[in-house]
Amino acid sequence: MKAALSRRVRSAAAFLLTALCVVIALVPLLSLAWLVVSRGWAGFSWALLTEVPGPPGGAPGGVGNALAGTGVVVFWAALLGLPLGIGAGVFLAESDHDDRLASAVRFTADVLAGVPSIVAGIVAYGLIVAPMKRFSALAGAVALAVLMLPALARTTEELVRRVPGALREGGLALGIPQWKTSLRIVLPAAAAGIATAVLLSIARIAGETGPLLFTSLNNAHWSLAPDQPIGTLTVQLYNDAISPYPAMQQRAWATALLLLVVVGLLNMAARVVAGRRAEGAHG
Amino acid sequence: MSMAHTAPLAMSGAPPRRAGSVRTGDRLWRLFLLAAGCGVFLLTALILIVLARLALPVLHQPGTWAFLTSSDWDPVAESFGALPFVWGTLVTSAVAVVLAFPVGLGVALFITEVAPTWLRRPVTFAIELLSAVPSVVYGLWGLFIVVPWLRETVEPALGAALGFLPLFSGPPLGLGYLAAGLVLAVMVLPTLASVSIEVMRTVPAGLRESAYALGATQWEVVRLAVLPHSRSGLVGALVLGTGRALGETMAVAMLIGNAPSVGTSLFAPGYSLASVIANEFAEAGSDAHVGALAALGLVLFLVTIAFNAAARLLIGRRQP
Amino acid sequence: MRMFTVCTLSLVAAPLLAAGTLITGAGATFPYPLYARWFSDYGKARAEVQFNYQSIGSGGGIQQVTRGTVDFGATDAPMTDDELTRAPGILHVPTVLGAVAVVHNTPVKDLRLSGAVLASIFLGTVTRWNDPAIAALNPGTALPSSAITVAHRADGSGTTAIFTDYLARVSPEWLKSVGRGKAVKWPTGLGGKGNDGVTALVKQAPGAIGYVELAYANQNALPVVALQNRAGVFVRPTLASTTAAAAGVTLPGDFRVSITDADGKDAYPVAAFTYLLIHADNPDTAKGTALARFLWWAIHDGQKVAPSLDYAPLPAPVVARVEERIRQLKAGGKAVVLEP
Repeated sequence: MKAALSRRVRSAAAFLLTALCVVIALVPLLSLAWLVVSRGWAGFSWALLTEVPGPPGGAPGGVGNALAGTGVVVFWAALLGLPLGIGAGVFLAESDHDDRLASAVRFTADVLAGVPSIVAGIVAYGLIVAPMKRFSALAGAVALAVLMLPALARTTEELVRRVPGALREGGLALGIPQWKTSLRIVLPAAAAGIATAVLLSIARIAGETGPLLFTSLNNAHWSLAPDQPIGTLTVQLYNDAISPYPAMQQRAWATALLLLVVVGLLNMAARVVAGRRAEGAHG
Repeated sequence: MSMAHTAPLAMSGAPPRRAGSVRTGDRLWRLFLLAAGCGVFLLTALILIVLARLALPVLHQPGTWAFLTSSDWDPVAESFGALPFVWGTLVTSAVAVVLAFPVGLGVALFITEVAPTWLRRPVTFAIELLSAVPSVVYGLWGLFIVVPWLRETVEPALGAALGFLPLFSGPPLGLGYLAAGLVLAVMVLPTLASVSIEVMRTVPAGLRESAYALGATQWEVVRLAVLPHSRSGLVGALVLGTGRALGETMAVAMLIGNAPSVGTSLFAPGYSLASVIANEFAEAGSDAHVGALAALGLVLFLVTIAFNAAARLLIGRRQP
Repeated sequence: MRMFTVCTLSLVAAPLLAAGTLITGAGATFPYPLYARWFSDYGKARAEVQFNYQSIGSGGGIQQVTRGTVDFGATDAPMTDDELTRAPGILHVPTVLGAVAVVHNTPVKDLRLSGAVLASIFLGTVTRWNDPAIAALNPGTALPSSAITVAHRADGSGTTAIFTDYLARVSPEWLKSVGRGKAVKWPTGLGGKGNDGVTALVKQAPGAIGYVELAYANQNALPVVALQNRAGVFVRPTLASTTAAAAGVTLPGDFRVSITDADGKDAYPVAAFTYLLIHADNPDTAKGTALARFLWWAIHDGQKVAPSLDYAPLPAPVVARVEERIRQLKAGGKAVVLEP
């Protein structure tokens, strides 16, 4: 009886320990969220969204150009990365389980998904910056496209596979060619899932900094040109964070808040789209 | 889901009714998919070729082994050694994983075994939030919150209590291996937790039930059924988390102290493979310098690839 | 889908619509506060030209202008002969004078150091603030017993080149074991990225010592060290002591010159010219012309704002020499037209 009690106490203690782990994990999250929101909010203003960064020691200005720049770089990255990533995903989903080639592609994609972002930056430098002899938004986009591709392919595969086989079989049984079945029946049915995957991968690359430092560089002015250096939220944030000027550090916190809002909105959009799909499946 | 439902790509025996244009359409579509699929190989090859082309002169000149084992990083004399960066990468990743793994495991157990159903989703969501925060924001937070805390509170205390160990000796600088490792721990925690959860969910219900039937307490079920069954998967989570930590760039660049030396104390400043590339690539003064940085990139690429491949084999093929 | 097409088209068309000339430059962080101000002031008055300057370090400035990835570079340390042979047609144009201040994070006011002791600190042989060598230079001053944390640059930097050039001149041991250069093998310390990064490191870490451009020291209210010059006088970095360092120097034809450890009792020993690196003949006529006009503005009107940001204006004889050089510039193969 006593042994049973001590066993139950031990069980409770162990589980209390797991709860403690959750608390430990939440402390940094809360600390970070609180600081970014409180310090960021103090530096938040309309000018942050509409102005360009001021010179050191002067008025802080804003990061409007960097916000637009992040949009431009991500846009081009998506334009480059989405067709290939989704294509590779559909390829995997349409392949047989014992297909050797598909297994190899799947394995490579999984492994590539963990490639450090900085390596993608070197690749983009070697491919675009060095031959073009210019830092450019496009070079940054190539680096980010490399980063988004593998994970996007795997997520797309998983979501396309969830499309009921009956849909596809029905199409084929009606004599509709496979490509039309894929494009007109399977992909639309998986559209919400793919949109989720796309939004999540965009959210991820929007927060990248390392590979942009020596591809898209930075730009203190408004620029949307793909062939010119461009400012981005993350690089601006990095430069401001390591600066000694209080006004710039303040801008770094405000930029961090802005960045978290952007990334958060993308994630939320992904959730909404995924949720709608789930509802659709039930109803 | 059974694959019998999926039309295999290999199925090429076309029904006789199909017109020629249809067959062309199918062929083009399959060709596109094949190209996209093989694009993944192409991408891998591209990464290797670009890195190798930049790095080869350096790996050729002093030799790969000499490059990896030299601790001399002197861009002026064009003498390049990778050791301080490999060391810094390993030390920070080790600190991160040692700190994060037990916590991640606890979180995973809490979510799968302990928490009432209503609490599971919010906790999972909160942990997922940690992985959505960009690296540079972690760097900012680390620089202004973690570093002063380490310098003023943690490192003096550790030094006073354990200063006789080389690991905790030296002046408390704040910036250094410990700061980078600690923030990295927070960053890899979601990976460790989510993979662990995934692995624990694959434990067959029958195994759990039979343990309960034998009168085991909840904790004994975890210890005797859940953990042993998930062992290889948990090791996989550990390896995957390490892989993530190895390649982290910005937060480490902002916190490790940027000193290309091989420090034996956790308080010492160091440098990592990814962060030296971030700091020096745009401003490398010579082709040899660029080559050396690309060679570091190549090392990083190969090491992370090895870790990811190992993790994937350990965790096993995820069920789609 | 239509939205998508519209977006694509507008993004593709954007560069075509952007008016005027965008000139990209990169390099030294040392003059960055001044350059940022210059490009901002100059750009406001002239909508047709925009300058994008990124302070990535002098090493990067030289590298990128050599590779042609930027339209102009900026550096504090003159390019070496070796670097120049790799970058044919690149000219040095001095813009202002600056001083490298040795800053610290201790409660000590008016700290004084000699070149030799400063070198020992950066060599890691003097490790405590109350070391006898430091105490001997600061009689009657209470020095803390805390450890010295050295902060240096992690990137290729002209500031480092000036600083190590000075240390190499005053300390044979430094010359032997470390040497001079834009990036050296530091025996000790923390690395920060840019003048920004080092300033931030010193500000954050009690007991730290580092070297930054004077503007960074003053704008962040960091205590600066008075350094002993050749004449044996302890001199603090100021505009006057910086100008004094340039007083006795004869400028060579290509302007590449070091003025560290200069003669004169008022001279601050860690001072330097900072340069823009430009093409003698820029193949792009519009860019070449715009740069030449900007340079002309910089050495005249631009000099007026320099003192307010702690940079010393060029002495008049130097301005005359630079004027002559700007008149010789070409763009697209033809002599530049300086008047708009």
